[in-house]
Amino acid sequence: MNIERLSQMVNDIANYFAAEPDHAAGVAGVADHLKKFWDPVMRRQIIEHLQGGGVGLEPLAREAVQKLASLQTTTA
Amino acid sequence: MLSIVEIDRGTPAATSTKTVSLEIDGRSIAVPEGTSVMRAASLAGIAIPKLCATEMLDAFGSCRLCLVEIEGRRGYPASCTTPVSDGMKVATQTPKLAEIRRGVMELYISDHPLDCLTCPANGHCELQDMAGVVGLREVRYGYDGANHVYAKQSDGSANPLFVAKDTSTPYFTFDPSKCIVCSRCVRACDEVQGTFALTIQGRGFDSKVSPSQNEDFLGSECVSCGACVQACPTATLSETTLIERGQAEHSVTTTCAYCGVGCSFRAEMKGEEIVRMVPNVEGQANHGHSCVKGRFAIGYASHPDRITTPMIRKKISDPWQVVSWDEAFAYTASEFKRIQEKHGKHAVGGITSSRCTNEETYLVQKLVRAGFGNNNVDTCARVCHSPTGYGLKSTLGESAGTQDFDSIEQTDVVLVIGANPTDAHPVFGSQMKHRLRQGAKLIVVDPRRIDLVRSPHIKADFHLKLKPGTNVAVLNTLAHVIVTEGLVKDDFVAARCEPEAFERWKTFVSQDKYSPEAMEATTGVPADVVRGAARLYATGGNGAIYYGLGVTEHAQGSTAVMGIANLAMATGNIGREGVGVNPLRGQNNVQGSCDMGSFPHEFPGYRHVSDTATRQLFEKAWGVPLLDEPGLRIPNMFESALDGTFLGLYVEGEDIAQSDPDTQHVTAALSAMECVVVQDLFLNETAKYAHVFLPGSSFLEKDGTFTNAERRISRVRKVMKPQSGYADWEITQKLAQAMGYPMNYAHPSEIMDEIAALTPTFHGVSFDKIDRLGSIQWPCNDEAPEGTPVMHVDEFVRGKGRFMLTEYVPTREKVNAEHPLILTTGRILSQYNVGAQTRRTENSMWHEEDRLEIHPHDAEERGINDGDWVGISSRSGETVLRAKIADRMQPGVVYTTFHFPGSGANVITTDNSDWATNCPEYKVTAVQVLKVSQPSAWQKRFQNFDQQQQDLLKAAEPVTR
Repeated sequence: MNIERLSQMVNDIANYFAAEPDHAAGVAGVADHLKKFWDPVMRRQIIEHLQGGGVGLEPLAREAVQKLASLQTTTA
Repeated sequence: MLSIVEIDRGTPAATSTKTVSLEIDGRSIAVPEGTSVMRAASLAGIAIPKLCATEMLDAFGSCRLCLVEIEGRRGYPASCTTPVSDGMKVATQTPKLAEIRRGVMELYISDHPLDCLTCPANGHCELQDMAGVVGLREVRYGYDGANHVYAKQSDGSANPLFVAKDTSTPYFTFDPSKCIVCSRCVRACDEVQGTFALTIQGRGFDSKVSPSQNEDFLGSECVSCGACVQACPTATLSETTLIERGQAEHSVTTTCAYCGVGCSFRAEMKGEEIVRMVPNVEGQANHGHSCVKGRFAIGYASHPDRITTPMIRKKISDPWQVVSWDEAFAYTASEFKRIQEKHGKHAVGGITSSRCTNEETYLVQKLVRAGFGNNNVDTCARVCHSPTGYGLKSTLGESAGTQDFDSIEQTDVVLVIGANPTDAHPVFGSQMKHRLRQGAKLIVVDPRRIDLVRSPHIKADFHLKLKPGTNVAVLNTLAHVIVTEGLVKDDFVAARCEPEAFERWKTFVSQDKYSPEAMEATTGVPADVVRGAARLYATGGNGAIYYGLGVTEHAQGSTAVMGIANLAMATGNIGREGVGVNPLRGQNNVQGSCDMGSFPHEFPGYRHVSDTATRQLFEKAWGVPLLDEPGLRIPNMFESALDGTFLGLYVEGEDIAQSDPDTQHVTAALSAMECVVVQDLFLNETAKYAHVFLPGSSFLEKDGTFTNAERRISRVRKVMKPQSGYADWEITQKLAQAMGYPMNYAHPSEIMDEIAALTPTFHGVSFDKIDRLGSIQWPCNDEAPEGTPVMHVDEFVRGKGRFMLTEYVPTREKVNAEHPLILTTGRILSQYNVGAQTRRTENSMWHEEDRLEIHPHDAEERGINDGDWVGISSRSGETVLRAKIADRMQPGVVYTTFHFPGSGANVITTDNSDWATNCPEYKVTAVQVLKVSQPSAWQKRFQNFDQQQQDLLKAAEPVTR
C-alpha cells in the first residue's frame, strides 16, 4: 500500500495518544490500536518501512511501530 | 384521510398514572386523568360524532358536533375539550343533542359539493360519515354554497368565486371546494410538523386555508410532510396516488427505508400495488408522523430504471450479457475462486450497506468470514458513524446511542452538535421542535446557521458558529468551563466513573490553553458564548446531546465523540430519561449494519475477532475455522486494489463510486479489480465499473428488520414479490452455495434466530416478539426481555464510565493561498444520500441539482452572482456547480450537498480520515472557488463514461425484454 499514506495514518493515531501523560502507555496505545484494527499485511508493511528507515514517521509513531514489531515477534 | 385500519379516538392519550372513573351512556369506565370525555367514550366503545377532532392533534372544539350533556352541568360542553372527572355522568345521545348536531351538519353540507360517488374520499370521508350518523335528511339553505362553484357562470363569464384545485406539489391535491375549515391541516402543520406553513385567512364565512401568504403549496414554506393530508377529514387534501388509484383494500405495517429515524408506516395496498404510505400512529419511533421522503418518495421502487435480470461481462468496456441467476452465481463464484487461487484467499472481500436489512448484512459478513475465509468485510458506516462506535465503546462501553427518541420529552436543554435534524432526520426534528416550543433550551454547535437556530417559535439560546474542523477544540472549551467553574456533578462521577481517568481528564481540560478565551481565535466562537452554553448545559436540568455526521466525519471524529461522552458523564447527563448521548444515524440501518458484525475487526455484537471464546462460538455455529486478525477496511481495499493484491469485491446496496471520498482514487481502484459484483436496484455509479450485476429487491419486496438510531429493531415486511425473483438475502445465500459454503435459510426469521443465538445483546429477539411488541430496543435478553429504551441506568455497560483525553489536533487540511476556503458537505430534506432513490422520484422538484452555497462576501470578492457556474478545486480534483449566495454560511466556508453523481462533490474531498476508524474527513476540504464557463475536466470524462455505460446497458436490453 502507499507507504506515505500508511505512515500518515500511524502519525494520526500517534497524535491522539500523544496526550497520554505516561509516555509508555502512549506508545502501547498506538501499538495496540494498530494490532486491533490494522490488517496484518498493513502492519507488516509499516514494520518493514520502519526497518528501512521509517521516513515520514514521527517520533511517537516510530516507537509504536517498533513496539508493534516486538509484539508480533513475541506472539509469533 | 386517516389510515384505513386505525381507530381515531379523537384526542391524544393522556399519560397520567392516576385513573378516573365515570359513566358514559350508562357504561362505567376508568381512564387516565386528563383524558377527554370523547376519548373515554371511544375507549368504552361509544363513538361521539366529531369533525375537527383527531387523535393526531390537541382538542380544538370548533365543529360543535361532539357536544354532550353532563349531569349537573349546564349547557352542552364539547366532549373533545372536556376532561373526565370522577363520578361524571355523561349522555352522548339525547333528543336535544341530535337536534343540535343535525343543525350543524345542515350548515356544513349547505356549503359542500355532493359529488360523493366520484370523490376520492368516498366511503372514508368523515363529513359523509357524520351526515349519516346524525341522520341529515334535508338542507333548508339549499346546496349552492359559495365554495364549490363552477369556473364559469351560466352566461359563460368567469365566476369570481371559483378557486381552482392546487396541484402544484406532485404528491397531493388541495381542493378548496371541499374544505370545511376544521383547521385540522393548519394544526397538523403547527403541532405535528412544526413548520407553521398553513393558516386560516379571512374571518367568518370567508375563512379559507392558506399556505403561507395565499401562495400555492409548492411555493409556500410547506415541506410536503403530508401531515395535513393525513389529518384532513374530507378529500380537500388528498394524495395524488389515492385520487389516481382509488382506495386500498389492505394495509401492511413496515419500516421506512430512508433515514435513521426508522418511521413505521402502513403501506396501504390494492393487491401488490401501493396506494399510499401512511405513517403508523402506533409507530414507536414516529408516532404517526413522516416526512416527504418516507411518505411520498417511493416511486423509485417501480421506476423503469430498475434492473431485474442478472448480467455479467468480462471487461467494463464490454456490453452487458443478460444471464440466468444460476449462470450469474456460477460465474461470480468461479471468478472469486480463480482470484483466490491465484492471489491468495485475502484477495477478495465484501461491502455491505446501511440500506440492507440486519439479516442481509449478517449474511454478507458471514459469507465473507466463513465463505471467503477472510475478514475483508466492511460497511458504509465506515464513512459515516464508525467514530461513534469507537468513541462510545471506549467511554461508555457500548457502540450505540443511549436513549429512545421519546426521551426528549423530558429534556430541558437540547445540545445539537454537527447535526441538522430538520433536514436529515425530519421526523425526529419535528419532535425536537415540539419539545423546544414547550420551553426546552437549545444550544446549536454548527458552522452554518441551520434552520433550527431560528425557525417559527424556536430560537437557539446559543449558536456556537465554529470554524469547520474545530469540534474537539470547542468540546474541550465547554469541558474547561464545566470543570473550572465547578459545574461537575461530583456525586455522579464519584459513583459511576473511573476516578483515575476522571482526575487525568480534569487536569487535562483545565489547562489554560483550553479556556474559551485562549481558543477563541482557533474556533471562531466568542468566549462568552462558550461559557454561557457550558453553564446552561451543565446546570439547566436534563441535558441531552444530539449529534450527527458533523461530528464524526472529521480527522478527529472519534476524539469528538469521546469529548461528547465526557461532557455527558461530567454533568451526570446519562443513565435516565431526558438526557444522554444520541448519535443521529444517517441511513435507515446504520446501527443495525454495525451491530451485525460488518466491520472487519469484529463479529456481530461488537466482539473483536481476536477474542477466542467468541470466535470459537462462531466457528462452532458456522462449521469452519475463522481468522483471528482484522481484515481490510474500505479505503484499505482500494489501496490494495491499486497494489494488485485485492481483485474481487462483492458490494451489496452501496454506491462507493459516488459516496466515498476522492472519487478518482475510488474509480481507479475499482478499475484495477478483476471481478466487481454489484447487487443493487439500479445501475449505480459503482455498477458502471462492475463485471457482475445482481438485481436487488426494494424494501417493499422482502422481509427483514432495520435497527434505527435508538437501537429499535423494527420489521420490514414484504408487500409485493421481488421484481428480480429473489430477495437480497436469497441472493447472498445462493452466492454462498455457489462458493461451496452451505447456507439454507427458509426465511429471514431464521437468520434472526441465528443472530439472537450468537449475540448476547440480541438473545431475546425474534420476529415473533417484534410482531408482538411492535419493535424492540436492544439489549434484549433475559435481563431485559422486552428491550432497553435507556441504557447505562445503574452502571455503564463497561462498568465504570471512562473519561478519555481529547487533545485538539488541527487537521492537515489547511487553507492556504491556493485553497483559501473550507468546503463542508451535507444533506437536504428532499434528497437522500447518493440520491439513487430520491432522484428517481418527484422529490427532485424541490432540489434538482446540488449547488455551492457561498457567503455574499466571498462571492463578491470573486465576482460571483447567484446562479453562476463556479469551479471548486481542491488538492484532489475539481468540479463545477452553480453558486447559491447564502448568508447562513460564514465567510470563508462554502457548502454543498452530494445527491447527484454528476456534481462530483467527492471528486473534491480528500483521503484525510479519522485517526481511529478512517472515517473520511468529508466536512473539511480546503478549496478555491472561481467563476467558470464550462464543466470540469472530470465532469466531461464522467459524462462520456456515463454515456458509454448507459449504451452498454442498452445493448443488453433486447435479451432482457
